[in-house]
Amino acid sequence: MDFATIFFILVGALSVGAAVGVVMSRVAVHSALFLLTHFATLAVLYITLDAQFLGAAQIIIYAGGIVILILFVIMLIGSQEIETRAAYRTWVPYAGLALGLVLLSSMTYAIMQTPIKPVAVPANEGGVPIVLGMFLYTQNILLVELASVLLLVALLGALLLARKPKDEKSPIS
Amino acid sequence: MVPTNYYLILSAMIFTIGAVGVLSRRNALIIFMCVEMMLNSVNLTLIAFSRQWDNLNGQAFVFIVMAVAAAEVAVGLAILIAHTHHSKSTNIDDVNVMKW
Repeated sequence: MDFATIFFILVGALSVGAAVGVVMSRVAVHSALFLLTHFATLAVLYITLDAQFLGAAQIIIYAGGIVILILFVIMLIGSQEIETRAAYRTWVPYAGLALGLVLLSSMTYAIMQTPIKPVAVPANEGGVPIVLGMFLYTQNILLVELASVLLLVALLGALLLARKPKDEKSPIS
Repeated sequence: MVPTNYYLILSAMIFTIGAVGVLSRRNALIIFMCVEMMLNSVNLTLIAFSRQWDNLNGQAFVFIVMAVAAAEVAVGLAILIAHTHHSKSTNIDDVNVMKW
């Protein structure tokens, strides 16, 4: 077992532990911080997969943007104790856990059955920003334009949805 | 070099944890976080296959998935805030206005 595998197992265990922490913690802010840890470990895994640009983008977009947005929303609407009302349905977490075990075992079986030959070639420069940028902005320029339009529409939609309705002629509420 | 299978199995584990979280938690914010985890596990799969086949299409796909995830979080949290203004609750069981 070489160093890369040991490193992968350590980072992967940290990632899975943080994911379990997101699901299990009772306080929403703790979940958000576990989510931050999870995204950071995933960025490390992206870099070990020679996707350096996407590792940096993972940190910037997810850790810098999405987790901060979630934290702001937690502070806006409060993380009140809401799990007690549903506590009488005690079978729901066990049903979810059973379905998850079925999902995990079937996916692991499918992965194990698929013959994937080990990567023979040494890592290319596929993930550095210049190569990925040339790939995105020459062959896939339509994709970038669609992503920009999507982000613009999402920005406008979020603004429209989250504002307080101030008159009755408002299209929402 | 770590085999691609390891990454796929780790991705399956993270996806399963996210799915179990969506199924078993009732806080809408935590359900959002679990959906983000599931999207990220799929990103990990795509990048692992991108290295496996020495092809950049997977990384371009991951780029777009990140944009879609950002849009989804923005709109979803806006819907959650708009709903919280009405019902003062983030319990997903209370979001049943559109039930038939």
